[in-house]
Amino acid sequence: MSHSKLKPSQYLVLALVAICAPLGDSCLARGMRELPSISLDHPAALIAAVFHPWIAAGIALLIGFFACYLTALSWADLTYVLPTTAFGYVIIALLSHFWLQEYISPYRWAGILLITLGVGFVAQGPSLTEKTPDMHDSPPDTVPDPVPDSVGDRR
Amino acid sequence: MIAAPPIPAVVNPWLAAAMIATVAITSTIGEVLTAAAMKSIGDLDEIRARAGLKGAIRAVLTCPLFFAGVSFLALAFFSLLFALNHLNLSLAAPAAASLTLVTNAIAAKLFLKENVDRRRWTAAVLVCVGVYLLAH
Repeated sequence: MSHSKLKPSQYLVLALVAICAPLGDSCLARGMRELPSISLDHPAALIAAVFHPWIAAGIALLIGFFACYLTALSWADLTYVLPTTAFGYVIIALLSHFWLQEYISPYRWAGILLITLGVGFVAQGPSLTEKTPDMHDSPPDTVPDPVPDSVGDRR
Repeated sequence: MIAAPPIPAVVNPWLAAAMIATVAITSTIGEVLTAAAMKSIGDLDEIRARAGLKGAIRAVLTCPLFFAGVSFLALAFFSLLFALNHLNLSLAAPAAASLTLVTNAIAAKLFLKENVDRRRWTAAVLVCVGVYLLAH
């Protein structure tokens, strides 16, 4: 099985990873700002914070992100999936500019350009590179292992 | 109209760095453990095609490595909540994200044996600087 080319459904999963994470973070930030300052002396206040509506919405979005993230990690490298999460900041910045008419400074445009370039670099390469004994596409000139490893012994 | 929530007061830069470093370190450990778990489980799309959604969920929930990863990600989550309570989102989220990108690239090469070639190092640095610039 070739892992270098992704299917459209896999690109959709990566897009959801990029969108859900920054939206979830924004909801968390909004919720935490509405709460009084929390000190390390009262860590239980952090648990109580998860019932705040904005924080609950943020958690729901982050659960969606996590499901998509786990799916992506099952067929792609960590170093392939992670830049996608950073691309979410670009989506948020572009939405805020073109939809909310917010001003984007030259620094931010430079940041958007760099992140886009970085994600473009990674996306052009293979999505899975690490060598595991269960790789389906072993080179034809190698003799396959007569006793394949079990699923639990792959690492 | 609902009043905008107050912006957090300025905190000691070292304390801010410690908060961001805690998020980055716990996040990196969690992500590497989770990635290792998902690689050991195999392609979830294939498992779902073979054993259905329940089979895919069961495959994930019966992997001990996954729970180790989730525990560290939960630590990272509460560290982020704590940091967001004291720092601006425009500082905490991009700083933690960009730092995590670099530490993850190093950890993925060391522990997951991923082929982090020049292309991926370049991408990690570009994205890291880009996320930093977005905060300005």
